Amino acid sequence: MLNRLVRWSRIKSPWILHLNSGACNACDIEIVAALTPRFDVERFGVLLKATPRHADVIIATGPVTRQIKDRIIRIYDQTPDPKFVIAVGACAMSGCVYRGAYNIMGGIDQVIPVNVYVPGCPARPDAILDGVVKLLGKL
Amino acid sequence: MKFTIPIGPQHPALKEPISLRMTVEGEVIQDADIRLGYNHRGLEKLAEERTWIQNIYLTERICGICSHSHATCYVQGVEKLMELNPPKRGLYIRTLVAELERIHSHLLWLGVAGHEAGFDSFFMYTWRDREVVMDLLEMISGNRVHYAINAIGGVRRDIDEMQRKKILDGLEILKTRTEYYFKIGANEPTFVGRLAGVGYLSKEKAVDLCAVGPMARASDLPQDVRKDDPYAVYDEVPFDVCTADTCDVLGRTVVRIKELFESYKICEFLMKNLPPGDIAVKAPTRAKPNEVVSRYEAPRGENTHYIKSNGTNKPERLKVRAPTLANYPATVEMLKNGFIADIPLIFAAIDPCICCAERTVNIVNARTGEEKILRFDELRALAEERFKKMPPKRNAVWPF
Repeated sequence: MLNRLVRWSRIKSPWILHLNSGACNACDIEIVAALTPRFDVERFGVLLKATPRHADVIIATGPVTRQIKDRIIRIYDQTPDPKFVIAVGACAMSGCVYRGAYNIMGGIDQVIPVNVYVPGCPARPDAILDGVVKLLGKL
Repeated sequence: MKFTIPIGPQHPALKEPISLRMTVEGEVIQDADIRLGYNHRGLEKLAEERTWIQNIYLTERICGICSHSHATCYVQGVEKLMELNPPKRGLYIRTLVAELERIHSHLLWLGVAGHEAGFDSFFMYTWRDREVVMDLLEMISGNRVHYAINAIGGVRRDIDEMQRKKILDGLEILKTRTEYYFKIGANEPTFVGRLAGVGYLSKEKAVDLCAVGPMARASDLPQDVRKDDPYAVYDEVPFDVCTADTCDVLGRTVVRIKELFESYKICEFLMKNLPPGDIAVKAPTRAKPNEVVSRYEAPRGENTHYIKSNGTNKPERLKVRAPTLANYPATVEMLKNGFIADIPLIFAAIDPCICCAERTVNIVNARTGEEKILRFDELRALAEERFKKMPPKRNAVWPF
Protein backbone atom coordinates (compact mmCIF):
# COMPACT_ATOMS: atom_id res chain seq x y z
CA MET A 1 0.00 0.00 0.00
CA LEU A 2 2.69 2.44 1.08
CA ASN A 3 4.91 1.29 -1.77
CA ARG A 4 2.16 1.99 -4.24
CA LEU A 5 1.68 5.46 -2.80
CA VAL A 6 5.40 6.19 -3.03
CA ARG A 7 5.53 4.88 -6.57
CA TRP A 8 2.52 6.98 -7.59
CA SER A 9 3.95 10.15 -6.12
CA ARG A 10 7.33 9.46 -7.70
CA ILE A 11 5.79 9.15 -11.15
CA LYS A 12 3.46 12.11 -10.72
CA SER A 13 6.04 14.61 -9.56
CA PRO A 14 9.67 13.91 -10.33
CA TRP A 15 11.88 16.82 -9.31
CA ILE A 16 14.83 17.38 -11.54
CA LEU A 17 18.28 18.82 -11.08
CA HIS A 18 20.07 20.36 -14.02
CA LEU A 19 23.74 19.43 -13.92
CA ASN A 20 26.16 21.04 -16.35
CA SER A 21 29.45 19.21 -16.43
CA GLY A 22 31.18 21.21 -19.12
CA ALA A 23 28.53 21.51 -21.81
CA CYS A 24 28.49 24.22 -24.45
CA ASN A 25 25.19 25.68 -23.17
CA ALA A 26 23.21 24.46 -26.16
CA CYS A 27 21.64 21.50 -24.35
CA ASP A 28 21.16 23.69 -21.29
CA ILE A 29 19.08 26.29 -23.11
CA GLU A 30 17.09 23.49 -24.72
CA ILE A 31 16.37 22.05 -21.26
CA VAL A 32 15.18 25.46 -20.07
CA ALA A 33 13.15 25.77 -23.28
CA ALA A 34 11.54 22.44 -22.38
CA LEU A 35 10.45 23.96 -19.06
CA THR A 36 8.94 27.10 -20.59
CA PRO A 37 5.43 27.52 -22.08
CA ARG A 38 5.92 26.14 -25.61
CA PHE A 39 6.96 22.65 -24.46
CA ASP A 40 6.12 22.85 -20.76
CA VAL A 41 7.49 19.75 -19.11
CA GLU A 42 5.76 20.87 -15.91
CA ARG A 43 2.50 19.35 -17.10
CA PHE A 44 4.04 15.97 -16.22
CA GLY A 45 4.69 17.24 -12.70
CA VAL A 46 8.35 17.85 -13.43
CA LEU A 47 9.77 20.70 -11.40
CA LEU A 48 13.26 22.13 -11.69
CA LYS A 49 15.06 22.10 -8.35
CA ALA A 50 18.24 23.91 -7.53
CA THR A 51 19.77 21.55 -5.03
CA PRO A 52 20.64 17.87 -5.47
CA ARG A 53 19.21 17.09 -2.03
CA HIS A 54 15.68 17.76 -3.29
CA ALA A 55 16.03 16.09 -6.65
CA ASP A 56 14.94 12.67 -7.94
CA VAL A 57 16.23 12.94 -11.46
CA ILE A 58 19.55 14.42 -12.54
CA ILE A 59 19.54 15.82 -16.07
CA ALA A 60 23.19 15.91 -17.06
CA THR A 61 24.59 17.77 -20.06
CA GLY A 62 28.05 17.97 -21.48
CA PRO A 63 31.19 15.91 -21.48
CA VAL A 64 32.90 15.39 -18.13
CA THR A 65 35.92 17.63 -17.64
CA ARG A 66 38.67 16.46 -15.32
CA GLN A 67 38.20 19.33 -12.92
CA ILE A 68 34.49 18.77 -12.37
CA LYS A 69 34.63 14.96 -12.05
CA ASP A 70 34.83 14.92 -8.24
CA ARG A 71 32.01 17.45 -7.99
CA ILE A 72 29.74 15.31 -10.13
CA ILE A 73 30.35 12.28 -7.93
CA ARG A 74 29.64 14.44 -4.87
CA ILE A 75 26.42 15.78 -6.36
CA TYR A 76 25.37 12.25 -7.27
CA ASP A 77 26.05 11.07 -3.71
CA GLN A 78 24.05 13.98 -2.28
CA THR A 79 20.97 13.06 -4.28
CA PRO A 80 18.67 10.84 -2.19
CA ASP A 81 17.79 7.32 -3.37
CA PRO A 82 16.19 6.25 -5.63
CA LYS A 83 17.86 8.48 -8.19
CA PHE A 84 17.88 8.48 -11.95
CA VAL A 85 20.19 10.12 -14.45
CA ILE A 86 19.23 11.36 -17.91
CA ALA A 87 22.17 12.13 -20.19
CA VAL A 88 21.08 14.85 -22.64
CA GLY A 89 22.99 15.45 -25.83
CA ALA A 90 25.76 13.75 -27.73
CA CYS A 91 28.42 15.13 -25.36
CA ALA A 92 26.87 13.53 -22.31
CA MET A 93 26.65 10.27 -24.21
CA SER A 94 30.13 10.03 -25.66
CA GLY A 95 31.95 13.34 -25.67
CA CYS A 96 30.83 14.43 -29.16
CA VAL A 97 33.33 16.80 -30.85
CA TYR A 98 35.38 17.10 -27.69
CA ARG A 99 36.16 13.38 -27.57
CA GLY A 100 39.90 12.92 -27.39
CA ALA A 101 40.67 16.32 -25.88
CA TYR A 102 43.14 16.24 -23.00
CA ASN A 103 40.71 17.56 -20.43
CA ILE A 104 37.71 15.43 -21.35
CA MET A 105 36.92 12.09 -19.75
CA GLY A 106 34.20 11.16 -22.24
CA GLY A 107 30.51 10.76 -21.56
CA ILE A 108 28.81 11.17 -18.23
CA ASP A 109 28.54 7.38 -17.90
CA GLN A 110 32.30 7.29 -17.28
CA VAL A 111 31.59 8.79 -13.87
CA ILE A 112 28.03 8.00 -12.77
CA PRO A 113 25.47 5.41 -13.94
CA VAL A 114 23.01 6.65 -16.55
CA ASN A 115 19.39 5.50 -17.00
CA VAL A 116 18.26 7.30 -20.14
CA TYR A 117 20.26 8.67 -23.07
CA VAL A 118 18.81 11.46 -25.21
CA PRO A 119 20.81 11.89 -28.43
CA GLY A 120 21.18 15.10 -30.42
CA CYS A 121 23.58 18.00 -30.72
CA PRO A 122 21.81 19.62 -29.02
CA ALA A 123 18.81 17.45 -28.21
CA ARG A 124 15.56 19.18 -29.13
CA PRO A 125 13.17 20.05 -26.29
CA ASP A 126 10.71 17.49 -27.69
CA ALA A 127 13.41 14.83 -27.47
CA ILE A 128 14.18 15.80 -23.86
CA LEU A 129 10.47 15.59 -23.06
CA ASP A 130 10.35 12.17 -24.67
CA GLY A 131 13.32 11.05 -22.59
CA VAL A 132 11.71 12.23 -19.37
CA VAL A 133 8.40 10.53 -20.22
CA LYS A 134 10.19 7.28 -21.11
CA LEU A 135 11.97 7.36 -17.77
CA LEU A 136 8.67 7.91 -15.96
CA GLY A 137 7.20 4.99 -17.89
CA LYS A 138 9.97 2.72 -16.64
CA LEU A 139 9.34 3.50 -12.96
CA MET B 1 34.58 39.73 11.26
CA LYS B 2 35.11 38.44 7.76
CA PHE B 3 33.77 35.26 6.24
CA THR B 4 34.48 33.55 2.97
CA ILE B 5 31.48 32.09 1.23
CA PRO B 6 32.05 29.62 -1.57
CA ILE B 7 29.43 29.69 -4.30
CA GLY B 8 29.33 27.03 -6.99
CA PRO B 9 30.34 25.16 -9.06
CA GLN B 10 26.86 23.73 -8.65
CA HIS B 11 24.62 26.40 -7.15
CA PRO B 12 21.00 27.46 -7.53
CA ALA B 13 22.02 30.90 -8.74
CA LEU B 14 24.38 29.66 -11.40
CA LYS B 15 23.38 27.85 -14.53
CA GLU B 16 26.87 26.81 -15.42
CA PRO B 17 29.81 25.49 -13.45
CA ILE B 18 31.89 28.31 -12.03
CA SER B 19 33.13 28.83 -8.53
CA LEU B 20 32.97 32.20 -6.79
CA ARG B 21 34.53 32.92 -3.43
CA MET B 22 33.08 35.92 -1.66
CA THR B 23 34.73 37.53 1.32
CA VAL B 24 31.88 39.16 3.20
CA GLU B 25 31.60 41.38 6.19
CA GLY B 26 28.04 41.17 7.38
CA GLU B 27 25.93 41.38 4.28
CA VAL B 28 28.41 43.39 2.22
CA ILE B 29 30.85 41.76 -0.18
CA GLN B 30 34.41 42.91 0.45
CA ASP B 31 36.17 40.86 -2.13
CA ALA B 32 35.30 38.40 -4.82
CA ASP B 33 37.41 35.71 -6.35
CA ILE B 34 36.43 33.80 -9.47
CA ARG B 35 37.73 30.28 -9.89
CA LEU B 36 37.57 28.92 -13.38
CA GLY B 37 38.31 25.78 -15.25
CA TYR B 38 35.30 23.59 -14.51
CA ASN B 39 34.21 23.95 -18.09
CA HIS B 40 37.64 23.85 -19.72
CA ARG B 41 37.58 21.37 -22.58
CA GLY B 42 40.84 22.02 -24.43
CA LEU B 43 39.16 23.18 -27.57
CA GLU B 44 42.04 25.17 -29.02
CA LYS B 45 44.26 22.11 -28.99
CA LEU B 46 41.54 20.10 -30.72
CA ALA B 47 41.29 22.77 -33.42
CA GLU B 48 44.92 22.18 -34.40
CA GLU B 49 44.13 18.57 -35.25
CA ARG B 50 41.19 19.30 -37.53
CA THR B 51 40.92 20.67 -41.06
CA TRP B 52 39.67 24.17 -41.89
CA ILE B 53 36.19 22.87 -42.68
CA GLN B 54 35.91 20.56 -39.67
CA ASN B 55 36.85 23.49 -37.47
CA ILE B 56 33.72 25.44 -38.47
CA TYR B 57 31.68 22.84 -36.63
CA LEU B 58 34.12 22.72 -33.74
CA THR B 59 34.16 26.49 -33.20
CA GLU B 60 30.38 26.46 -33.41
CA ARG B 61 30.38 24.20 -30.37
CA ILE B 62 32.43 26.60 -28.25
CA CYS B 63 29.12 27.99 -27.11
CA GLY B 64 25.52 27.06 -27.73
CA ILE B 65 23.98 30.49 -27.25
CA CYS B 66 26.37 32.42 -29.48
CA SER B 67 27.29 29.57 -31.80
CA HIS B 68 26.96 31.69 -34.93
CA SER B 69 29.30 34.35 -33.49
CA HIS B 70 32.18 31.95 -33.02
CA ALA B 71 31.64 30.19 -36.33
CA THR B 72 31.37 33.51 -38.22
CA CYS B 73 34.38 34.98 -36.47
CA TYR B 74 36.42 31.92 -37.42
CA VAL B 75 35.11 31.77 -40.98
CA GLN B 76 35.81 35.48 -41.55
CA GLY B 77 39.38 34.93 -40.44
CA VAL B 78 39.84 31.91 -42.68
CA GLU B 79 38.37 33.80 -45.65
CA LYS B 80 40.96 36.50 -45.10
CA LEU B 81 43.70 33.86 -44.95
CA MET B 82 42.48 32.21 -48.16
CA GLU B 83 41.88 35.60 -49.83
CA LEU B 84 38.25 34.82 -50.65
CA ASN B 85 35.50 37.33 -51.30
CA PRO B 86 32.14 35.85 -50.34
CA PRO B 87 29.22 36.99 -52.54
CA LYS B 88 26.93 39.71 -51.27
CA ARG B 89 23.88 37.49 -50.90
CA GLY B 90 25.86 35.07 -48.75
CA LEU B 91 26.99 37.89 -46.49
CA TYR B 92 23.42 39.19 -46.18
CA ILE B 93 22.17 35.77 -45.07
CA ARG B 94 25.09 35.42 -42.67
CA THR B 95 24.31 38.82 -41.14
CA LEU B 96 20.62 37.94 -40.94
CA VAL B 97 21.36 34.81 -38.92
CA ALA B 98 23.74 36.82 -36.73
CA GLU B 99 21.04 39.36 -35.92
CA LEU B 100 18.40 36.68 -35.32
CA GLU B 101 20.86 35.06 -32.95
CA ARG B 102 21.30 38.36 -31.15
CA ILE B 103 17.51 38.60 -30.79
CA HIS B 104 17.27 35.09 -29.33
CA SER B 105 20.19 35.70 -27.00
CA HIS B 106 18.84 39.02 -25.70
CA LEU B 107 15.35 37.60 -25.19
CA LEU B 108 16.92 34.70 -23.32
CA TRP B 109 18.88 37.15 -21.18
CA LEU B 110 15.80 39.26 -20.46
CA GLY B 111 14.08 36.16 -19.18
CA VAL B 112 17.02 35.20 -16.99
CA ALA B 113 17.22 38.74 -15.61
CA GLY B 114 13.52 38.61 -14.78
CA HIS B 115 14.03 35.22 -13.12
CA GLU B 116 16.95 36.47 -11.03
CA ALA B 117 14.97 39.55 -10.01
CA GLY B 118 12.15 37.29 -8.85
CA PHE B 119 9.85 38.16 -11.76
CA ASP B 120 9.15 34.67 -13.07
CA SER B 121 6.16 35.49 -15.27
CA PHE B 122 8.44 37.82 -17.23
CA PHE B 123 10.81 34.88 -17.68
CA MET B 124 8.03 32.67 -19.02
CA TYR B 125 6.74 35.41 -21.36
CA THR B 126 10.12 36.17 -22.94
CA TRP B 127 10.94 32.51 -23.35
CA ARG B 128 7.61 31.88 -25.02
CA ASP B 129 8.27 34.69 -27.50
CA ARG B 130 11.81 33.49 -28.00
CA GLU B 131 10.33 30.40 -29.63
CA VAL B 132 9.18 32.64 -32.51
CA VAL B 133 12.76 33.54 -33.38
CA MET B 134 13.90 29.97 -32.75
CA ASP B 135 11.35 28.83 -35.35
CA LEU B 136 12.70 31.37 -37.84
CA LEU B 137 16.25 30.15 -37.26
CA GLU B 138 15.14 26.56 -37.64
CA MET B 139 13.40 27.44 -40.88
CA ILE B 140 16.50 29.17 -42.30
CA SER B 141 19.17 26.77 -41.14
CA GLY B 142 17.42 23.54 -40.20
CA ASN B 143 18.67 23.64 -36.60
CA ARG B 144 17.49 25.34 -33.47
CA VAL B 145 20.80 26.00 -31.77
CA HIS B 146 23.90 25.06 -33.77
CA TYR B 147 22.84 26.59 -37.09
CA ALA B 148 25.78 25.40 -39.18
CA ILE B 149 24.88 27.96 -41.84
CA ASN B 150 28.44 29.14 -42.42
CA ALA B 151 30.75 27.72 -45.02
CA ILE B 152 34.17 29.03 -45.95
CA GLY B 153 33.35 31.48 -48.74
CA GLY B 154 29.68 32.08 -47.98
CA VAL B 155 26.72 30.24 -46.49
CA ARG B 156 25.26 26.78 -47.00
CA ARG B 157 21.58 27.56 -47.51
CA ASP B 158 19.64 30.12 -49.51
CA ILE B 159 16.46 31.95 -48.52
CA ASP B 160 13.43 31.75 -50.80
CA GLU B 161 10.51 34.15 -51.18
CA MET B 162 8.21 32.28 -48.76
CA GLN B 163 10.86 32.22 -46.05
CA ARG B 164 11.49 35.93 -46.56
CA LYS B 165 7.80 36.65 -45.95
CA LYS B 166 7.71 34.44 -42.88
CA ILE B 167 10.74 36.18 -41.39
CA LEU B 168 9.12 39.61 -41.87
CA ASP B 169 5.90 38.34 -40.24
CA GLY B 170 7.83 36.87 -37.30
CA LEU B 171 9.66 40.15 -36.80
CA GLU B 172 6.33 42.01 -36.60
CA ILE B 173 5.14 39.73 -33.77
CA LEU B 174 8.45 40.11 -31.94
CA LYS B 175 8.35 43.87 -32.30
CA THR B 176 4.95 44.24 -30.65
CA ARG B 177 5.98 41.86 -27.87
CA THR B 178 9.22 43.74 -27.20
CA GLU B 179 7.31 47.03 -27.02
CA TYR B 180 5.16 45.36 -24.37
CA TYR B 181 8.27 44.35 -22.36
CA PHE B 182 9.61 47.86 -22.62
CA LYS B 183 6.31 49.11 -21.19
CA ILE B 184 6.35 46.50 -18.42
CA GLY B 185 9.83 47.64 -17.47
CA ALA B 186 8.71 51.24 -17.36
CA ASN B 187 5.53 50.67 -15.38
CA GLU B 188 6.66 48.03 -12.93
CA PRO B 189 8.21 49.90 -9.99
CA THR B 190 9.33 46.75 -8.16
CA PHE B 191 11.24 45.53 -11.20
CA VAL B 192 12.91 48.90 -11.81
CA GLY B 193 13.63 49.31 -8.11
CA ARG B 194 15.26 45.89 -7.94
CA LEU B 195 17.56 46.56 -10.88
CA ALA B 196 18.44 50.23 -10.33
CA GLY B 197 21.74 50.93 -8.62
CA VAL B 198 22.80 47.28 -8.49
CA GLY B 199 26.22 46.37 -9.85
CA TYR B 200 27.54 49.87 -10.43
CA LEU B 201 30.37 50.18 -12.95
CA SER B 202 31.51 53.72 -13.72
CA LYS B 203 32.57 54.79 -17.18
CA GLU B 204 36.21 55.18 -16.12
CA LYS B 205 36.27 51.71 -14.57
CA ALA B 206 34.61 50.22 -17.62
CA VAL B 207 37.45 51.65 -19.71
CA ASP B 208 40.16 50.59 -17.25
CA LEU B 209 38.91 47.03 -16.91
CA CYS B 210 38.18 46.63 -20.62
CA ALA B 211 34.50 45.84 -20.33
CA VAL B 212 32.91 44.88 -23.64
CA GLY B 213 29.48 44.68 -25.20
CA PRO B 214 26.29 45.70 -23.41
CA MET B 215 28.28 46.04 -20.16
CA ALA B 216 30.41 48.82 -21.65
CA ARG B 217 27.46 50.36 -23.49
CA ALA B 218 25.44 50.52 -20.28
CA SER B 219 28.32 52.51 -18.78
CA ASP B 220 27.85 55.09 -21.53
CA LEU B 221 30.68 53.83 -23.68
CA PRO B 222 29.51 53.68 -27.32
CA GLN B 223 31.64 50.74 -28.30
CA ASP B 224 30.43 48.32 -30.94
CA VAL B 225 32.57 46.38 -33.41
CA ARG B 226 29.72 46.54 -35.92
CA LYS B 227 30.22 50.33 -36.06
CA ASP B 228 33.90 50.68 -35.16
CA ASP B 229 35.27 48.03 -37.50
CA PRO B 230 32.42 46.90 -39.77
CA TYR B 231 32.55 43.32 -40.96
CA ALA B 232 30.18 41.46 -43.33
CA VAL B 233 27.62 44.03 -44.54
CA TYR B 234 27.32 46.24 -41.46
CA ASP B 235 28.80 49.21 -43.32
CA GLU B 236 25.70 49.25 -45.57
CA VAL B 237 23.08 48.70 -42.90
CA PRO B 238 21.68 51.69 -41.00
CA PHE B 239 21.56 51.16 -37.23
CA ASP B 240 22.45 52.98 -34.02
CA VAL B 241 24.67 51.97 -31.13
CA CYS B 242 22.50 51.85 -28.01
CA THR B 243 23.89 53.17 -24.78
CA ALA B 244 22.64 53.99 -21.30
CA ASP B 245 24.22 56.18 -18.67
CA THR B 246 22.91 54.57 -15.48
CA CYS B 247 25.92 52.19 -15.26
CA ASP B 248 23.89 49.53 -13.40
CA VAL B 249 21.86 46.41 -14.12
CA LEU B 250 18.91 48.57 -15.14
CA GLY B 251 21.08 50.25 -17.77
CA ARG B 252 22.19 46.85 -19.07
CA THR B 253 18.55 45.79 -19.38
CA VAL B 254 17.62 48.97 -21.24
CA VAL B 255 20.60 48.60 -23.59
CA ARG B 256 19.58 45.06 -24.44
CA ILE B 257 15.94 45.96 -25.07
CA LYS B 258 16.99 48.86 -27.29
CA GLU B 259 19.36 46.56 -29.14
CA LEU B 260 16.45 44.23 -29.80
CA PHE B 261 14.69 47.04 -31.67
CA GLU B 262 17.87 47.80 -33.61
CA SER B 263 18.18 44.13 -34.53
CA TYR B 264 14.60 44.06 -35.82
CA LYS B 265 15.41 47.10 -37.91
CA ILE B 266 18.57 45.48 -39.31
CA CYS B 267 16.76 42.22 -40.12
CA GLU B 268 14.00 44.10 -41.90
CA PHE B 269 16.52 46.08 -43.92
CA LEU B 270 18.39 42.90 -44.87
CA MET B 271 15.20 41.14 -45.92
CA LYS B 272 13.96 44.07 -48.00
CA ASN B 273 17.30 44.63 -49.75
CA LEU B 274 18.40 41.04 -50.26
CA PRO B 275 20.55 41.11 -53.44
CA PRO B 276 20.25 38.31 -56.02
CA GLY B 277 23.15 36.08 -56.91
CA ASP B 278 25.23 33.24 -55.54
CA ILE B 279 25.47 32.44 -51.86
CA ALA B 280 28.98 31.00 -51.75
CA VAL B 281 32.24 30.74 -53.65
CA LYS B 282 34.42 27.66 -53.83
CA ALA B 283 37.09 27.55 -51.17
CA PRO B 284 40.55 25.95 -51.45
CA THR B 285 41.49 23.27 -48.92
CA ARG B 286 44.79 24.90 -47.97
CA ALA B 287 45.74 28.39 -46.81
CA LYS B 288 49.07 30.11 -47.35
CA PRO B 289 51.26 30.65 -44.26
CA ASN B 290 49.92 33.78 -42.62
CA GLU B 291 48.16 34.99 -39.51
CA VAL B 292 44.95 36.94 -38.99
CA VAL B 293 42.84 38.48 -36.25
CA SER B 294 39.08 38.44 -36.75
CA ARG B 295 36.66 40.56 -34.73
CA TYR B 296 32.94 40.08 -34.28
CA GLU B 297 30.30 41.74 -32.12
CA ALA B 298 28.67 38.80 -30.36
CA PRO B 299 25.50 39.37 -28.29
CA ARG B 300 27.74 39.57 -25.20
CA GLY B 301 30.44 41.81 -26.64
CA GLU B 302 33.52 41.67 -28.74
CA ASN B 303 34.68 38.26 -29.82
CA THR B 304 38.20 37.85 -31.18
CA HIS B 305 39.75 34.93 -33.02
CA TYR B 306 43.43 34.75 -33.84
CA ILE B 307 44.24 32.20 -36.55
CA LYS B 308 47.66 31.18 -37.82
CA SER B 309 48.11 29.01 -40.88
CA ASN B 310 51.21 27.16 -42.04
CA GLY B 311 50.34 26.13 -45.57
CA THR B 312 48.60 22.87 -44.68
CA ASN B 313 44.89 22.11 -44.48
CA LYS B 314 44.88 22.61 -40.70
CA PRO B 315 45.40 25.76 -38.63
CA GLU B 316 48.64 25.95 -36.69
CA ARG B 317 47.03 27.93 -33.89
CA LEU B 318 43.54 29.12 -33.06
CA LYS B 319 43.13 31.48 -30.14
CA VAL B 320 39.70 32.59 -29.00
CA ARG B 321 38.96 35.52 -26.71
CA ALA B 322 35.32 35.40 -25.75
CA PRO B 323 33.43 38.44 -24.38
CA THR B 324 32.56 36.86 -21.03
CA LEU B 325 36.23 36.46 -20.24
CA ALA B 326 36.83 40.13 -20.97
CA ASN B 327 34.03 41.01 -18.59
CA TYR B 328 35.30 39.06 -15.56
CA PRO B 329 37.54 41.80 -14.12
CA ALA B 330 34.63 44.23 -14.35
CA THR B 331 32.35 41.68 -12.67
CA VAL B 332 34.67 41.40 -9.69
CA GLU B 333 34.58 45.18 -9.51
CA MET B 334 30.78 45.25 -9.59
CA LEU B 335 30.42 42.56 -6.95
CA LYS B 336 32.58 44.45 -4.49
CA ASN B 337 30.53 46.46 -1.99
CA GLY B 338 27.37 44.85 -3.24
CA PHE B 339 25.06 42.66 -1.20
CA ILE B 340 25.04 38.88 -1.14
CA ALA B 341 21.47 38.94 -2.44
CA ASP B 342 22.64 40.85 -5.51
CA ILE B 343 25.22 38.26 -6.59
CA PRO B 344 22.97 36.32 -9.00
CA LEU B 345 21.62 39.52 -10.52
CA ILE B 346 25.04 41.11 -11.02
CA PHE B 347 26.46 37.91 -12.33
CA ALA B 348 23.54 37.38 -14.67
CA ALA B 349 23.88 40.97 -15.92
CA ILE B 350 27.12 40.22 -17.74
CA ASP B 351 25.17 37.47 -19.49
CA PRO B 352 27.86 35.00 -18.55
CA CYS B 353 28.69 32.32 -21.02
CA ILE B 354 31.15 30.24 -19.11
CA CYS B 355 31.60 27.67 -21.82
CA CYS B 356 32.72 30.49 -24.14
CA ALA B 357 35.29 31.72 -21.72
CA GLU B 358 36.92 28.49 -20.71
CA ARG B 359 39.25 27.05 -23.24
CA THR B 360 42.70 28.22 -22.32
CA VAL B 361 44.76 28.09 -19.18
CA ASN B 362 45.84 31.71 -19.65
CA ILE B 363 42.64 33.00 -18.11
CA VAL B 364 43.97 32.42 -14.62
CA ASN B 365 46.65 35.02 -15.28
CA ALA B 366 44.04 37.57 -16.22
CA ARG B 367 42.37 37.07 -12.86
CA THR B 368 45.47 37.33 -10.70
CA GLY B 369 46.60 40.34 -12.72
CA GLU B 370 43.31 42.00 -11.93
CA GLU B 371 43.60 41.29 -8.22
CA LYS B 372 46.83 43.19 -8.05
CA ILE B 373 45.37 46.29 -9.60
CA LEU B 374 42.92 47.21 -6.87
CA ARG B 375 43.97 48.25 -3.40
CA PHE B 376 41.67 48.38 -0.44
CA ASP B 377 41.87 52.17 0.05
CA GLU B 378 40.97 52.65 -3.59
CA LEU B 379 37.99 50.45 -3.06
CA ARG B 380 36.86 52.41 -0.06
CA ALA B 381 37.15 55.66 -1.97
CA LEU B 382 35.18 54.12 -4.79
CA ALA B 383 32.46 53.01 -2.45
CA GLU B 384 32.14 56.48 -0.94
CA GLU B 385 32.02 58.00 -4.37
CA ARG B 386 29.39 55.56 -5.43
CA PHE B 387 27.06 56.29 -2.55
CA LYS B 388 27.46 60.00 -3.05
CA LYS B 389 26.55 59.78 -6.70
CA MET B 390 23.82 57.19 -6.41
CA PRO B 391 20.27 58.50 -6.71
CA PRO B 392 17.83 57.33 -4.06
CA LYS B 393 16.25 54.12 -5.26
CA ARG B 394 12.71 55.15 -4.55
CA ASN B 395 12.90 57.68 -7.39
CA ALA B 396 14.44 55.25 -9.80
CA VAL B 397 12.89 55.62 -13.23
CA TRP B 398 13.12 53.73 -16.45
CA PRO B 399 15.49 55.80 -18.61
CA PHE B 400 13.70 56.23 -21.92
